[in-house]
Amino acid sequence: MRIGLDVGSTTIKCVVMDDNENIIFKSYERHYSHIVESAHKVLGGIVEKFGDCEAFLSISGSAGMGMAQKCRIPFVQEVFATRVAAGKYTPDADVIIELGGEDAKIIFLSNGMEVRMNGSCAGGTGAFIDQMAALLDVSVEELDELAATSEKVYTVASRCGVFAKTDIQPLLNQGAQKRDIAASIFYAVVNQTVGGLAQGRPIKGNIVYLGGPITFLPQLKKAFDKTLGLEGVCPENSLYFVACGAALYSDEKLLLSDAADRLSKYDGDAGFSFNEPLFKDREEYDSFIKRHDKNKVERGEINDSTGAVHIGVDAGSTTVKCAVIDEGGRLLLSSYQSNSGNPVPQVKAFLQNLYSEHPGVEIASVTTTGYGEDIIKKAFHADFGIVETVAHFTAAKKFMPDVDFVIDIGGQDMKCFQIKDGIITNIFLNEACSSGCGSFLQTFAEALGHNVEDFSEMGLFAPAPVELGSRCTVFMNSSIKQAQKDGATPDNISAGLSISVVKNALYKVIRAQDPHMLGRHIVVQGGTFLNKAVLRAFEKELDAQVAAPDIAGLMGAYGAALYGMSKSPSESGVADKESLDNFTHDVKSVRCSGCENNCRLTVNTFSGGGKFISGNRCERPVTSKKTDESLNIYSFKRSLLADYKSCKGPRGTIGIPMGLNFYETYPFWHTLFTKLGFGVVRSPRSDRKLYLEGQSTIPSDTVCFPAKLLHGHVAELCKMDEVDTIFYPCMTYNIDEGKGDNHYNCPVVAYYPEVIAASMKEVLSGKVFIYDYVGIDKKRYFPRKFTDILAKYYDGITYKEVKAAAREAYAEYDRFLERIREKGTEIISEARKKNMLIIVLAGRPYHIDEEVCHGIDTLVAGFNTAVISEDAISHLTKKFKAGVLNQWTYHTRLYCAAKYVCTQPDMQIVQLVSFGCGVDAVTTDEVRSILESGEKIYTQVKIDEITNLGAVKIRLRSLLAAIGY
Amino acid sequence: MAKNKNPDRVEFTKEMKKQGYNILVPMMAPIHFKMIEKAFRENGYHLVLLYNSSRAVVEEGLKYVHNDTCYPALLVIGQMIDALNSGDYDVNRTALMITQTGGGCRASNYIHLLRKALKKAGYEQVPVISLNISGLERSEGFKLTPKIGISFMAGIVYGDVLMLLHNQTRSYEINPGESAALVETWTDKIVAQLSGGKGWRMKDVKANLAAITADFAKIPVKRTPKVKVGVVGEIYVKYSSLGNNNLEDFLIAENCEVCVPGIMGFALFKVDNRLEDIKLYGGKYAKKVIVTFLMDYLTKLEDVIVEAVEKHPQFMPPARYSHIKKLVDGFIGYGNKMGEGWLLTAEMVELVDSGFENIVCTQPFGCLPNHICAKGMIGKIRDSYQNSNIVPIDYDPSASPVNQENRIKLMLAVAKERLNEREEQKQREKDAALV
Repeated sequence: MRIGLDVGSTTIKCVVMDDNENIIFKSYERHYSHIVESAHKVLGGIVEKFGDCEAFLSISGSAGMGMAQKCRIPFVQEVFATRVAAGKYTPDADVIIELGGEDAKIIFLSNGMEVRMNGSCAGGTGAFIDQMAALLDVSVEELDELAATSEKVYTVASRCGVFAKTDIQPLLNQGAQKRDIAASIFYAVVNQTVGGLAQGRPIKGNIVYLGGPITFLPQLKKAFDKTLGLEGVCPENSLYFVACGAALYSDEKLLLSDAADRLSKYDGDAGFSFNEPLFKDREEYDSFIKRHDKNKVERGEINDSTGAVHIGVDAGSTTVKCAVIDEGGRLLLSSYQSNSGNPVPQVKAFLQNLYSEHPGVEIASVTTTGYGEDIIKKAFHADFGIVETVAHFTAAKKFMPDVDFVIDIGGQDMKCFQIKDGIITNIFLNEACSSGCGSFLQTFAEALGHNVEDFSEMGLFAPAPVELGSRCTVFMNSSIKQAQKDGATPDNISAGLSISVVKNALYKVIRAQDPHMLGRHIVVQGGTFLNKAVLRAFEKELDAQVAAPDIAGLMGAYGAALYGMSKSPSESGVADKESLDNFTHDVKSVRCSGCENNCRLTVNTFSGGGKFISGNRCERPVTSKKTDESLNIYSFKRSLLADYKSCKGPRGTIGIPMGLNFYETYPFWHTLFTKLGFGVVRSPRSDRKLYLEGQSTIPSDTVCFPAKLLHGHVAELCKMDEVDTIFYPCMTYNIDEGKGDNHYNCPVVAYYPEVIAASMKEVLSGKVFIYDYVGIDKKRYFPRKFTDILAKYYDGITYKEVKAAAREAYAEYDRFLERIREKGTEIISEARKKNMLIIVLAGRPYHIDEEVCHGIDTLVAGFNTAVISEDAISHLTKKFKAGVLNQWTYHTRLYCAAKYVCTQPDMQIVQLVSFGCGVDAVTTDEVRSILESGEKIYTQVKIDEITNLGAVKIRLRSLLAAIGY
Repeated sequence: MAKNKNPDRVEFTKEMKKQGYNILVPMMAPIHFKMIEKAFRENGYHLVLLYNSSRAVVEEGLKYVHNDTCYPALLVIGQMIDALNSGDYDVNRTALMITQTGGGCRASNYIHLLRKALKKAGYEQVPVISLNISGLERSEGFKLTPKIGISFMAGIVYGDVLMLLHNQTRSYEINPGESAALVETWTDKIVAQLSGGKGWRMKDVKANLAAITADFAKIPVKRTPKVKVGVVGEIYVKYSSLGNNNLEDFLIAENCEVCVPGIMGFALFKVDNRLEDIKLYGGKYAKKVIVTFLMDYLTKLEDVIVEAVEKHPQFMPPARYSHIKKLVDGFIGYGNKMGEGWLLTAEMVELVDSGFENIVCTQPFGCLPNHICAKGMIGKIRDSYQNSNIVPIDYDPSASPVNQENRIKLMLAVAKERLNEREEQKQREKDAALV
């Protein structure tokens, strides 16, 4: 007999074979992280069924590793096991694609075997699909059924689950159809697998699909087939390949009862690191509860004589909250419910309910906030809409007038403010990559087979809460896996998760080292703090007592209502009973044809003709007017670069991939080459299609998005017949502007051409690719060195020619920068005439790329502000000593710009940061501290493959609200 | 507490040196660093190597360093702050030392991140010494004299040789632990020599190496076919067991022979970069002369290592810098110098070329240079060496060992299968020959 056990991250699979390797028994079940018990049970079942005997036995699977080792049962790595099984069952397969609970693998079998597994920062697997289904409030099977009827596919980030979530949430809130989102989720998984794992190697031939998700979800298989342009097979026993492989590969006979015995004695080595328990004993818990019970907001009774009421609606990422207050700010009514992907019906029901139960109610104002602020406002004709940060701040201030610090942890967001003299002085918002919020706890609770309330309750008295780190969800998955492997029990995992949420907030979002930094009067709110374990963990970590209002989850709605009250309106324009009864809501999706962005718009039409449009980058589809770009330096810089036209020349045509530092050096190279008699062609403007064109050749999935785009640009150039040479030099050094300690490029900007050369060899065939190392910083040596480089590829280009061309190229480069500075000066003086706020949208030259900045510049300008860039003002500051080694030219400009802004009352900085930019881990802290020394608020916008403009808006509006603009 | 003359930072002064301040140094490669510790002490600086490696190190790092900063910065700074917290050192009579290469990657900024962290942690009075040869930052009380430089390099040489011989012996020794014990014995011997002001001159180094290699050659071994695994990567996670979750021990437990290329190559690389810069972008003649002199000196040291090891045919001497530089030609440009740059690619090529086709390529999560010279080059190496079996592993405060080990095990499973196939092939050939 042969037995294979496959202990995966969520399920345990078992296969029993007879001596002729025929499968005689198989089982598949979820283990809810009770790994050892489950394995023991499965093995016990086999002994019962087949009798105790000696059998070949081995364990495979990511969660089985430690257990196998400790119990001295042979272990087979799971991908390897898959290969063994494939050799027997699907011998003609060329490529195997296997998706599991948390892993994704591709195995190339023919032409040089190779195996790929997803890296540690990669979702797009079974657990990811589970999460997404939960977000849509459907089962996984329903998700598949929905996808079958889809009409179109949205772009959803394919890198990591957290990102996909932030893409899907706004789609939901904007009214996109569930069926289309369902299909988009599957395509995101496919893109993730194909783009992230294939890394340039083509997937072709006979394809075999394995693992739970593809087996159970026909639409997912279809999405794979369609993307790959072929039809793969999902063989019989596709769930059991790993277990079969383990059974087949086993070469050691064990007495089954012995093995079972060893399993039953194994209780992990408790080798995980752990924290102190949350509560020592019941007594400590009781006094904690007693203390917090005092934190209640003032209530009132709603009745006919109450007078006018104010309503606040907070349509958050996962829940819809409504609050009704009287003229004195007393809370009369409230509701808190899951939004199931669309907040409109919930709010409608709430209002209808209010009208029917309190027919005489007089509504003075309705104020909306949260992700769904706009759609709710439009749908029901609410009176005010405010940014959620202001709503939460307003509520906290009412609750504790002398509050110093507010921390709000909601379903998906974390918002923290520092307050001095009643004014917000610092804002901290979480980034997409540091989830650790409410929905995160919920997801894990469900994954372990509990509801979130019971689950957190479990952790309260856990003796040794697991130390899980403070990174993003994806990392958390593997940390939990590790803890399970080490034998951590669910109660300790629960407490550990609560602690990790807190650590994430404190160290990752607020970056606080010292509790005193937060002040003495701290209010914590948001639904997550209703969770006693989180609240306790927070106080413990901070070593301070905080106040959590009893309506912690409602504070946004409460604050919105208070805001409406402060505006002292007499009568609200909100939809009345009758119009609610006849309320209709239609959703249509169209492509905007206003400009070449071709945004995909979602148009919500409400009864009465009210419309809400989303998905737009500019106001054009809403107002049908072109946005005024005259005070936006980003669009000026784009047109400035466009002035360097493509041209022909006698010496051949040089193609330049427009990315990274070319956004600044293009004028230099354009001039140099045209003066030397070359034609110059630049790659087309970046868009999604261009990115996908190069996606499969990207070798490192964690490199920044601007670098990834280069693959698309090079691929496009390779398609152009007129281009014979592609020029993309390596540049360790940038121009020395004399303001820093050195003048490097960042490692990626400096050396990315090497990656292009290494990973795009086939694409580049037929073209000459020049990627030599050049130093344009050394003007004196440059002509000589560049002559030598050219001599490698061309005959007869003399030093004299190069020298003359270089002189003009340097002059053109200077002129280019000068024009940006002049334009900056012009915009500043124009803005000052009009009393406009000036926003320095500070990043790198390549952040003007439309596909990189996703229209953020237009969005900022849309708030009636003037937009300038860091390079327009960095020259206005003298060299100064930064708190870090100031060694990269582009980053030096950031510090200079920040320093300058501190001296200008009508300027604010918004820093653009590419996800994955390691250098910005250094610059963001430094820019923040420069700004803080000048008493300015720091605002950061993280940008990536896809950027959630909603989140950007919140940041900007928070900044504007804080400075009172 | 000594007075501070530099307004930007707390400088390590002559007075502090005279007072015998403890100078805490984070651990990286234990054998090497033990000797370097003594070399510095002999020259008047009371270096103290840090061995603390509990979870608190990571915790302190997470607390005081931006979490997106690379893992080595987090660990190094965490280790120092944890040490200051421990109460073992008088924080008013303690300094810290950290290297600064001055390259274009984030590593040159560690010292500033450390200072920021010290400030936040309430240790503003603790001076930090930058150990660099680029003239980036000076401290009045610290001078990198030629004698320190030479002793430092002697430490590197001893460390490299002991590490190399240990790795080549430990997987085959008949009496388990014998080679580890010998490393221990020799480390103590050399530490004693250095403490007595001996053992750092070229002559002593040669004599010691001859004795070391002879001792290792005497260890009884049984050479059975084993999976050979090379370890390359970002310098800290490559050598530091704290950084790489005890990677070497894990591989040994998996019954492999491990090869970790030495630090000498990195030293040569960092010096040679200056020559390459001049070659690529132009530069002054005087600079070239000085750098060439340094290069010649290091090459001589490399000769000493190779010659000592070569004497015993059972050992494989380390590949010479000039050889691996030639090997990597065509894979990546010599101008790629940030972080480990082309040297990392070159080490992978050399390992594959010399029979260590299985490689763990380590890097901190999000390591910028390694997007290019490590992950970016694996495919290209495979194009030339079909048998290469390289797994890139990211290290990070939250990346769990189970994930890492699972990926390494996959690489090992493939390696073992190939080894078996090769052995069977050999056996078949033998049988055929007999017939």
